[in-house]
Amino acid sequence: MKKIILVIFCLFIFKASAIALVEVDITRGNLDPLPIAVSPLHVESGSKDIKQNGKIIKNVGEEISKVIEINFKRSGLFNPLKKESFVQNPDIAHVKPRFEDWRLIKAQALVTGKVNVSEEKLRVEFRLWDTVAAKEMIALAFSTTPSNWRRVAHIIADKVYQRLTGEEGYFDTRIIYVSETGPKTQRYKKLAIMDQDGANVKYLTLGNELVLTPRFSPKNQLVTYLSYFRNLPRVYLLDIETGVQEVVGDFPGMTFAPRFSPDGEKIIMSFAKDGNSDIYTMNLKTRVVEKITDHTSIDTSPSYSPDGKYIAFNSDRSGLQQIYVMKSDGSKVKRITFGKGLYGTPVWSPRGDLIAFTKVHKGKFYIGVMRTDGSGERLLTENYYQEAPSWSPNGRVLIFYRETKSDSEGKGFSAKLWSIDLTGYNERLIETETDGSDPSWSSLLSK
Amino acid sequence: MLKFTINNVIREQLKMISGTNLKKFLLIVLLGVALSACATTKKQSGKMQGDVYTGNDTVEYLATGVKDRVFFATNKSTLTTASRDTLRKQAAWMRKKSKLKFTIEGHADERGTREYNLALGERRANAVKDYLMTYGINGNRLSVISYGKERPVNSGSNPLAWSQNRRSVTIKAN
Repeated sequence: MKKIILVIFCLFIFKASAIALVEVDITRGNLDPLPIAVSPLHVESGSKDIKQNGKIIKNVGEEISKVIEINFKRSGLFNPLKKESFVQNPDIAHVKPRFEDWRLIKAQALVTGKVNVSEEKLRVEFRLWDTVAAKEMIALAFSTTPSNWRRVAHIIADKVYQRLTGEEGYFDTRIIYVSETGPKTQRYKKLAIMDQDGANVKYLTLGNELVLTPRFSPKNQLVTYLSYFRNLPRVYLLDIETGVQEVVGDFPGMTFAPRFSPDGEKIIMSFAKDGNSDIYTMNLKTRVVEKITDHTSIDTSPSYSPDGKYIAFNSDRSGLQQIYVMKSDGSKVKRITFGKGLYGTPVWSPRGDLIAFTKVHKGKFYIGVMRTDGSGERLLTENYYQEAPSWSPNGRVLIFYRETKSDSEGKGFSAKLWSIDLTGYNERLIETETDGSDPSWSSLLSK
Repeated sequence: MLKFTINNVIREQLKMISGTNLKKFLLIVLLGVALSACATTKKQSGKMQGDVYTGNDTVEYLATGVKDRVFFATNKSTLTTASRDTLRKQAAWMRKKSKLKFTIEGHADERGTREYNLALGERRANAVKDYLMTYGINGNRLSVISYGKERPVNSGSNPLAWSQNRRSVTIKAN
């Protein structure tokens, strides 16, 4: 993955205004998404086509606007209006929109822009307008290599999202997951990575050995996962830019359920020995291994709080799977789930105020969230089988995977990635080439 | 699947008997029901005690009379009386084959979270290893691996399939 270099040429900070500008409330289920017009970005004369993976992209301005629109639509917060109804030419709209025309088609916000492609440079400029207040809200320009045009689209979508919701976006991000093929009794599993919208899929392993539970480092270019390489299930570290992999630590048995600490310096995981799984950390620089829990029960699925002070984890020390929280040195262990059913896969939200989990009750699987003391449980979705939530970097969306029932021949079985808003609304299938499971959401690639 | 076949059979019988009397028709229908009952029993010849599988449909043999696997209750790694019997036979045979080494695979069903199931499979395999060791098998000859829910033997999503998948299997390693 080439590092993107974003040069911000100009930043006209929106002028403070007495008029309340358009905004979107993302704290509730949004049944009335904001009508927004995304004008195709004007391609300047003399601009070249983009050649990418044997394909030629002729009108990158239009392609960028489409990627932005799909992001907006999938967020559930915006309703991108049909381009057929647009009356103003992209080049003129970008300079000076006729707001009354855009208001006429009910657009409350308008995105305009222009692009210029040379041999090795893509230059994009965009503006966000409030059509009701007739004001410019953002104006930004980027330059990067032409092959990064989709990322430019995601960054624009993030800037608009941020300006209109007041919170950071999550479009310029990637998902790492396990791609699945083959019969249920002999699944082939590969690590796969894709953009948040499903584009640019890349397979990182060949499928020769079973791989499970990949998780991004907060620094993004590292991934930790479980591999059965040589039939020895161990936690590995993979640099997705160089492809270099290594075993984490030297444990005389299975290590599993890895995650990074919020500073990216440690890996926290379970180590199973003689039928007992405990939680350990390993510092990636000093290689120092620390035992965090010491109990005869199963202790697994550890997840740090974003400040690194606490760890949520899964244990059956009470007899069945429940969620516990402890200080990061292993002290002050406290059970937080007391509801009916079993609780697993705790994942601390990036904002620190919630823990997402999987709940199993009366043969149904739920993805839910609760406060970090276990109060305020809210179940977002119920299904035959689903688990492993992972937070969007802004803590507004959860991605997870869902499996369907099968008959005795395995027919009807599928594993798919889904997302749902924290509000419990906007549940969506994330389309992937193959079946998929164990998704993990990256941080924002550019901040 | 099975129901569908039976319906077809009955439909064909209906075609055949059109014009004959009701008594004959009923007889044939009853016969059909009886046959379907037989077919059902045959298909599910496996048994369960509680939710522990007690049948032999998926079982393979390490040697004559030496079953390769034992089954577990949901979320449990306790060995049942039948499991202990199987493992004593495994141990007796292993003592005779002193040069052989073994891998004990622990498995879980698909109705649990992946990471917990990995730990559970490891615990099940170790329950088997410990038991074999108490019957005189050196721990060096026994290695353990957990597959969690990754390698079911029965692809079905039903209690019988799950009971067959909650298992620990002893495999010759050399």
